[in-house]
Amino acid sequence: MIRMTDVFKEYENGAKALKGVSFELNAGEFAFLVGPSGSGKSTIIRLLIGEIAPSDGVVIVNGQDMDNIKMRKMPYLRRTIGVIFQDFRLIENKSVYENVAFAMHVIGASRKDIRQRVPYVLELVGLEYKAKARPDQLSGGEQQRVAVARALVNNPKLIIADEPTGNLDPARSLEILTLLKKINELGTTVLVVTHEKPLVDQFHQRVIAIDGGRIISDALDRYYNYESQ
Amino acid sequence: MKVNRNKTFYFIREGVSSIFTHGLMSFASVCIIIAFLVIMGSFILLAVNITALVGELEAENIILAYVHENLSVSEASALEHSLRAIPNVANVNFITREEAMERFIGRSADDAARFRDIDAATFRHRFEVFVEDVALIGETQHDLRHVPQIASVNAHLAIAQGLVTVRNIVTWASIIIVAILLAISLFIMSNTIKLATFERREEIAIMKMVGATNSFIRWPFIFEGFLLGVTGAMAAFFAVWGLYSIAFDRVIDFEAGLFQLVSFSSDIAIPVFLLFAGIGFGVGVGGSGLALNRYLKV
Ligand SMILES: Nc1ncnc2c1ncn2[C@@H]1O[C@H](COP(=O)(O)OP(=O)(O)OP(=O)(O)O)[C@@H](O)[C@H]1O
Ligand SMILES: [Mg+2]
Repeated sequence: MIRMTDVFKEYENGAKALKGVSFELNAGEFAFLVGPSGSGKSTIIRLLIGEIAPSDGVVIVNGQDMDNIKMRKMPYLRRTIGVIFQDFRLIENKSVYENVAFAMHVIGASRKDIRQRVPYVLELVGLEYKAKARPDQLSGGEQQRVAVARALVNNPKLIIADEPTGNLDPARSLEILTLLKKINELGTTVLVVTHEKPLVDQFHQRVIAIDGGRIISDALDRYYNYESQ
Repeated sequence: MKVNRNKTFYFIREGVSSIFTHGLMSFASVCIIIAFLVIMGSFILLAVNITALVGELEAENIILAYVHENLSVSEASALEHSLRAIPNVANVNFITREEAMERFIGRSADDAARFRDIDAATFRHRFEVFVEDVALIGETQHDLRHVPQIASVNAHLAIAQGLVTVRNIVTWASIIIVAILLAISLFIMSNTIKLATFERREEIAIMKMVGATNSFIRWPFIFEGFLLGVTGAMAAFFAVWGLYSIAFDRVIDFEAGLFQLVSFSSDIAIPVFLLFAGIGFGVGVGGSGLALNRYLKV
């Protein structure tokens, strides 16, 4: 699903964001990626979705070597990955339904498939009754659930979330993470970046901890306490 | 990209709906296209009219070549052949001294009585010589003088020179004005579209995130640009047509038929229509396609 081997990333301004990161996430797995601010979490996410290229090392996502991928093929790889961000990234002038249906239009789905699939994923995230609402009429938690529905709608093999709970209160955060775990149980591989230790502790899942561009711990059910070091 | 009915339907719907969701931008773009085309159309029609007027005056700018008095009618008219052979001569028209006299009397119709006793012998046989290019009238006059049987040649060199100057000024002025207008409108148009795409850069980033291909992102914008460009061109065409018809009627009323604008017939309407449609299409489609390029490199 995901394999990073000795990945280095140096930004153009010389900032060394990753200094030899290796980890693997197999099909059907669920993992949290944790670490302090500036440790390189978002850099890993951006490498995985092909937004940036590694300076050194190998990044493989859904069987595709991200270093050798042709620009022309990138859209098709992205269709196999659902991405969720802290700031939701919904289209303001489209309804909840259209925001989700949009991701299906992009891949050329038929109107019939769209009419079947969109209500199904909206129900999965518990927003079927808000289908006609605009994003600005929703709470932060609801907006993030729309983003989850959009990430899900094309049935990706992998879902990647970069601090999906960053803008939400603890109760909403728990809701979103529970939803992502539920999606994982339905068969999708999930990688979640988060800061929230108490939440992570509730889930008893694999936790990959990163600091200063290096993985410092990768273990089940364990939030590496980097703050106390 | 594979042409797909689902997608085509989606592009058209997106393109049309985005015209309305970004109503102000669309309105601004259409207005710019209309303003530009109306101004350009006015200049073109002005140039057409001046050219037509100059053309008429040029057609009247004939050379008179008088034949030696000792030649008979048949000898004189036989010269026609050698005159036609002179370069730049478009046509020649032989006029006998009798015909010349009748014309002279006819032109002074009011006091025809005074000329009743005039003798045709005071007139000479002559040729009206029409030239192809007024600019070369001096050379043609010179050539005519070298025909031995021609006694004298009368050409309005100064007038001819004036007409040529007017025609050149009109041609160059309209080329320069149209070029300046085109540059200005392209600049404004590309900025308008850049603003429109800037407004939508987040939407584009989201499309890329969910796996849209570049052409998928481009099509709705291009279709939108196409609709705006063609709408503007149509509106401008009818505006120019309407304004020109008003001007046409006014000129007839005021000038009492002395001078008439070239009518907005299909000879003019079709090229203007095609030009407007082409510019509307080019500015709309080209502008939106170009403005998008820099947001697609993700
Ligand atoms: N576009 C960029 N250009 C230059 N340096 C960057 C860029 N993006 C990130 N960095 C640097 O790379 C390092 C890692 O950044 P990254 O965004 O991956 O951290 P993060 O773990 O996601 O932090 P946070 O928890 O605050 O989101 C930081 O030192 C940051 O300053
Ligand atoms: Mg980050």
